[in-house]
Amino acid sequence: MARLIIMGGGVSGHTTATFAKKWLGDDHEVVVVTPNSQWNWIPSNIWVGVGQMTKKDVVFPLAPVYKKAGIDFRQALATEIHPNGKADDDTPYIVISSTEEGKDGQTEELTYDYLVNATGPKLNFDATPGLGNGKGELGGYTVSVCTADHAVHANLELKQIFEKAKAGERQKLLIGTGHGMCTCQGAAFEYIFNIEHEARKAGVRDMLDIKWISNESFLGDFGMGGLHMKVGGYAVSSKLFAESLYAERNVEWIIGAHVNKVDSGKVHYELLDGTMHEEEFDFSMLIPPFAGVGLKAFDKDGSDMTDTLFAPNGFMKVDAKYDAGAYENWKASDWPETYQNPTFDNIFAAGIAFAPPHLISKPMSSPNGTPINPTPPRTGMPAGIIGKAVAHSVCDMIKEGEAAHLHKASMAEMGAACVASAGKGVFDGQAAAMTVYPVVPDFEKYPGTGRDTDYTFGEIGLAGHWIKHILHHMFIYKAKLKPGWTLIPE
Amino acid sequence: MKQEEVNFQNEQFNLTMIPGKFARAMRNNLIWQFIRFMVINIKMLIVVGKSH
Repeated sequence: MARLIIMGGGVSGHTTATFAKKWLGDDHEVVVVTPNSQWNWIPSNIWVGVGQMTKKDVVFPLAPVYKKAGIDFRQALATEIHPNGKADDDTPYIVISSTEEGKDGQTEELTYDYLVNATGPKLNFDATPGLGNGKGELGGYTVSVCTADHAVHANLELKQIFEKAKAGERQKLLIGTGHGMCTCQGAAFEYIFNIEHEARKAGVRDMLDIKWISNESFLGDFGMGGLHMKVGGYAVSSKLFAESLYAERNVEWIIGAHVNKVDSGKVHYELLDGTMHEEEFDFSMLIPPFAGVGLKAFDKDGSDMTDTLFAPNGFMKVDAKYDAGAYENWKASDWPETYQNPTFDNIFAAGIAFAPPHLISKPMSSPNGTPINPTPPRTGMPAGIIGKAVAHSVCDMIKEGEAAHLHKASMAEMGAACVASAGKGVFDGQAAAMTVYPVVPDFEKYPGTGRDTDYTFGEIGLAGHWIKHILHHMFIYKAKLKPGWTLIPE
Repeated sequence: MKQEEVNFQNEQFNLTMIPGKFARAMRNNLIWQFIRFMVINIKMLIVVGKSH
């Protein structure tokens, strides 16, 4: 009997674990180690953040689902990987620290035959002074929608802003990214337009100055270098598409901005031209930069070998080309296909946890040397597809031996469907529905725009909102492993 | 002044496009959006199919 351990129970880890258990059956053991007791459908957190959903709508407890599936669930934080085992035992193992109530901090060693790192990101609030509290958590000056609890808090703060606006007090709202190296602009994009939508419904829009701040060099970059899509018979840049929406909704923007400090009611930022500025706010939601979760790796003799398994940013090294060099040399083929660690064949990384070879957007920095560019998105559909491909590979290796064929899921060969909410409502809601193919542009295959414009499109409307709402229910249904869950694509 | 022209007074918005009355109405027109719902779903399923 082989043991597969999956570290992380988010979109990618949950997909890997559930498919691996389905394919392996009871002949082998599948263990999930995650510090969270609940699964969170993160894309709907923005609706919690504007009071259109409750926390209960976007989370569910993991333990009963894993019990039903026959998956060994450990509510714990993985802290160390020992891929070569100990001095007197070659069996690889990880060290976990319990986060379960009553067992908090208790450590345990878990041996494995195969290990999948799907830990997702560390929300690195402390990368920007004032954005974090100095202990790695959200600080007191801004709000966040990165977790369901953050979103609940954001909604409470937003309600107060609306009350002040109703009382005739003009309010400044600033939404976007809190560092020059952030990703996940999409979540901030959704949040700002949902706030704008709710403000109109509440009759306070005229009393709000809503402003966007982002590290993108142009609106609509989204960490993917933007995209060209077919709209109304034209092939247009996402820049025009995004600017149009901001102009229509009267949302001003600051772009190419690295937020370098947050104070009470004020952010300090540097622009791509090197100039320094300040912006005041009464309410602000700034996405933090992501980093690896801080896992350490040790050799048999106890020496630190973290650098062998992980890139300097804490994400795990996989089969990517990390020495591609300058932007001019970047190719679609630099991106990983199997997500297998190059040093240890029995270790994989899936979802946000893998180290990308480089940015997707064009690298930019200010004359002061500050890098200001979005880092590559690896969430949602790509995370799920990668998780499933990794599960397939591990199952084949367990059943057929280590020489088994590995399954591929390169982001340069897969597309993504993305629905960005711009307001919730069965009849008055709107969302930008987009597909992009492939996620990472391939300028050798598609010399014009880097992507296939027959499969890269976008439009905004009520239909997009319906799709976003249906996806919310569909993916929670799938994650709960209800009948027919395997028929729902990632 | 037409609604779509109001925001062009802001210099930052002056070089983009803002939808007019017809485009705005169609975004929430139930019949048209139902048709778009079907079309978008088919397009997304094709992209999902090509990605697996």
